[in-house]
Amino acid sequence: MTSYRLPQGGLIDRSKPLSFAFDGKPMLGFEGDSLASALLANGCRLVGRSFKYHRPRGILTAGAAEPNALMTIGRGARTEPNIRATMQELHAGLEARSQNRWPSLAFDIGALNGLLSPFLGAGFYYKTFMWPAAFWEKVYEPFIRRAAGLGKATHEADPDSYDKRWAHCDLLVIGAGPAGLAAALTAARAGARIIVADEQAMAGGTLLSETATIGGEPAPAFARQCIAELQSLPNVTMLTRTTVFGWYDGNVFGAVERVQKHVAEPVSSVPVERLWRIIAKGAILASGAEERPLVFGGNDIPGVMMAGAMRSYLNRHAVAPGRSTAIFTTNDSGYALARNLEEKGIDVTAIIDPRENGGETYTGKARLLRNAMVTDAHGGKSLSAIDIRTGNGTERLKVDALAMSGGFSPIIHLACHRGGKPVWSDETSAFLPPAGLQGLEPAGAACGLIDLAACLADGAQRGADLAVSLGFAATPATFGAIAGDASATPAKVLWSTPGARGKAFVDYQNDVHSKDLGLAVKEGYGHVELAKRYTTSGMATDQGKLSNLNAIGLLAEARGVSPAEVGTTTFRPFYTPVSFGALSGASHGRHFQPVRRSPLHGWAERHGAVFVETGLWYRSAWFPRQGEQGWRESVDREVLNVRSNAGICDVSMLGKIEICGPDAAELLNRVYCNAFLKLPVGKARYGLMLREDGMIYDDGTTNRIAENRFFMTTTTAHAAGVLNHLEFCAQTLWPELDVRLASVTDQWAQMAIAGPKSRKILQTIIDEDIGNEAFPYLCARDVSLFGGALQGRLFRISFSGELAYELAVPAAFGDDVAEALMEAGRTDGLMPYGVEALSVLRIEKGHVTHNEINGTVVPTDLGFGRMASTAKPDFIGKAMLQREGLTAADRPRLVGVVPLDPGHSFRSGAHILAKHAAATLENDQGYVTSSAFSPHIGSTIGLALVKRGNERHGEEVTIWNGLRDEFTAARLCAPIFFDPANERLHG
Amino acid sequence: MASLVPCPHCGSRPKEEFTVKGAALKRPSPEAGADAWFDYVYLRDNPRGGYEEYWHHTAGCRRWLIVDRDTATHQVTSCRDAASASAKEHGA
Repeated sequence: MTSYRLPQGGLIDRSKPLSFAFDGKPMLGFEGDSLASALLANGCRLVGRSFKYHRPRGILTAGAAEPNALMTIGRGARTEPNIRATMQELHAGLEARSQNRWPSLAFDIGALNGLLSPFLGAGFYYKTFMWPAAFWEKVYEPFIRRAAGLGKATHEADPDSYDKRWAHCDLLVIGAGPAGLAAALTAARAGARIIVADEQAMAGGTLLSETATIGGEPAPAFARQCIAELQSLPNVTMLTRTTVFGWYDGNVFGAVERVQKHVAEPVSSVPVERLWRIIAKGAILASGAEERPLVFGGNDIPGVMMAGAMRSYLNRHAVAPGRSTAIFTTNDSGYALARNLEEKGIDVTAIIDPRENGGETYTGKARLLRNAMVTDAHGGKSLSAIDIRTGNGTERLKVDALAMSGGFSPIIHLACHRGGKPVWSDETSAFLPPAGLQGLEPAGAACGLIDLAACLADGAQRGADLAVSLGFAATPATFGAIAGDASATPAKVLWSTPGARGKAFVDYQNDVHSKDLGLAVKEGYGHVELAKRYTTSGMATDQGKLSNLNAIGLLAEARGVSPAEVGTTTFRPFYTPVSFGALSGASHGRHFQPVRRSPLHGWAERHGAVFVETGLWYRSAWFPRQGEQGWRESVDREVLNVRSNAGICDVSMLGKIEICGPDAAELLNRVYCNAFLKLPVGKARYGLMLREDGMIYDDGTTNRIAENRFFMTTTTAHAAGVLNHLEFCAQTLWPELDVRLASVTDQWAQMAIAGPKSRKILQTIIDEDIGNEAFPYLCARDVSLFGGALQGRLFRISFSGELAYELAVPAAFGDDVAEALMEAGRTDGLMPYGVEALSVLRIEKGHVTHNEINGTVVPTDLGFGRMASTAKPDFIGKAMLQREGLTAADRPRLVGVVPLDPGHSFRSGAHILAKHAAATLENDQGYVTSSAFSPHIGSTIGLALVKRGNERHGEEVTIWNGLRDEFTAARLCAPIFFDPANERLHG
Repeated sequence: MASLVPCPHCGSRPKEEFTVKGAALKRPSPEAGADAWFDYVYLRDNPRGGYEEYWHHTAGCRRWLIVDRDTATHQVTSCRDAASASAKEHGA
């Protein structure tokens, strides 16, 4: 391949050559190169295939808007797809691969899609692949997805780390080009705290590609001086390689800093990307302007490039565009390029200017064709010729490079992120940022200014204004005289080139050409939002940075209106794609979410627990023993042992809340539907909390520790929610109540000891008498343990229906106390049991959990009708509980269910049908909420919510599992399967 | 991505520390009647513009606040402790 690198010039360091590879081919570049400039210097023009038609594509821009040169970078777990070669700094050993081609970039079978293009026009999704419907999912979509694609992400885990940071400043300067540097210097000299963010590795923006001089200094040297001064000031933070991607409420800006995306081997102690949230009192948007492509046939052939990009590669990277170059321009920027090319000895074949008197001050050697247009470009994988239409007809010119410039569109994305609409300007033929923004001031080219002098002055002025408004004594920075500045004459509007024969692309990345937009208007999709979705123009990863204005112009032309009337689509963050790594920050792997372990976790682990994740908690599910075949055998043993000896179960993860203050009882009385005012000290009570709509919210026991002090337990899942709810009630509904709330979930290790031998075992470690008379059912008191060595709390409550207690001790002692109990209960057969056995025990007793409290049940539905007080003047849920729908006779009611044949089974979630009813929605009578195998009954048992269930005990029904197509003959029964008289509880 | 809530107790804090409950409505009396309760439990105005909501500083001072927020711009115009706001200020 021929080198296009010029022998001298540019901001590259020729003493530092870097070797890299593209599609496996070794190449050489220099430090200071982007991947794009290095590829161009190596004569590599074909760099990718287009999305839909697989057309050969080359590098079009030199910046963030690049639609064509998307590549996969890196290898192994560091493989990253869809990287814009224009934004990737070159480093030694860089591996880049082209995308969306098979078997190779040069010979791509997908290019056959070009022949199918009559069928792939605007809206083709909605037209061509409509029939047969079943083909869509199985045939059409997978085919289209495979053919039209971007790069592929690796399946390996990302080995790198990411970080997030907050920052505060007086002034954030977005973009360190001429306007941004002038604003930053002005405000920084006045002492304001400033953050300057620039997306390039080297700040300076267009100054780095500029040949003008400022005060006699070449533009790049001037930029370096400005940056050096800023860096020397303690009140300035310079963030390079940092894209400010969004403007949010509270004047918070989101930015992503690519800390180590330009190195071969990132240092592991430093993140590769850092997400910044910057809170700025004021901000300057100096994001510059995007040059617009011109829409002529073949405007996507490799070798056609934006004029500004060509100038940047030439001046900054010392890369020649080709042997013979033509320039197609509607404004004066093309002439600055022509001058630079000629200065460097590169032949400019022709300048094509559609204006009548364009290029009046041009003195170079190139042929100047006024009133002329390029209608078509020719060449396959590289440009070979262009067709020019003048007043005298059409002429074909042999060139291998073509620069184009259709004028400049201010980059106003951020200015519109908070709902402001862009304003069309006839004068500059561009959309300008909305006026009167609070906290963000656009400056320079982002306001439609073109020449360097205007941008520097505007940046300085706006920087001074903002600094003064924040109380700093600032005066606008001034700079030396400028020589060789650009002309500020606005561009001629040229949305299309009549007579074009080839495809004239508007949106390069999504392969939308001018005829697609015409078709959209013809078919009634001319509204800018509809046209976008119908043609997919502006919907690619570049979000139409280059294409949107041309699309709007073409829609305006087709509809015969002004672009102002067409309007723009909505600008939303992010300005450019942000990696998931940066957004998730440190929250991945084991830092994705915290793990909550009970104070008895170690005890459970030592006794062989199998754990189950419930929310953040790890709960012991069952404790297998040697020789047991599967979990059911362990669970059956644990259940039988609780009912015949005793079991110990970790219940530490239940929510625990202390409620203190003179009005504590009153608060409880209002948040529970049952009465709490007169609960005696030393007693526990089961409480039912409703929502305001009358449905049950949560249940649990609460005991009175002292007159003005209560201890509430909640279900594990609702621990946080119940505390929030209590705080809402106490602070918002009844702030007059004198009450304080505290979560004490983590302060206590709590264990249930259940079974006929539980009292005997507990008595060996508890000092006080806990006999049935001294410590009756629902007693809850402080107790002394181990001869006064430890204080704990004992509750005589039971979820299993057995004689049972819950013992709470300070969390740090939980492990020792549990072990002491195990030792004490050894001869009485004490065994640990897990949540599976707990569940069997409670289903046998018909105790409900959130399987039954499913958000649609009121107390009566679960048989708690009498708990809802009629005497209390008010409680949460009281008013709505009386609605007719909630008191209707045919509501689902809690009922037990057993299979007719003990050998048959059913599952939770299965539906209940009348005995011979067909399995239809209309015949649905309710569903099984909980089910388990009961070793006492010798079959599966279940709880269910069934219409009028309470009146239907004994009725035979069918249980229907539609997912498994299973039908089980069953009988409804009372929702209690064991010890219906509750005698064991009181024993 | 970002929003700041000026908590009267903790200062300006990121919205991730808060939980939103919804419209800051005054709870009707138990005898207010079915319509008033239906309104309170189910009906919301969904205005474009200023809107008072209950926000809980869950990961901060754990106080319930009344945040007056513009639903279109998220601009917060006031933020006060719900307990210190009189019933009249709650709006009905």
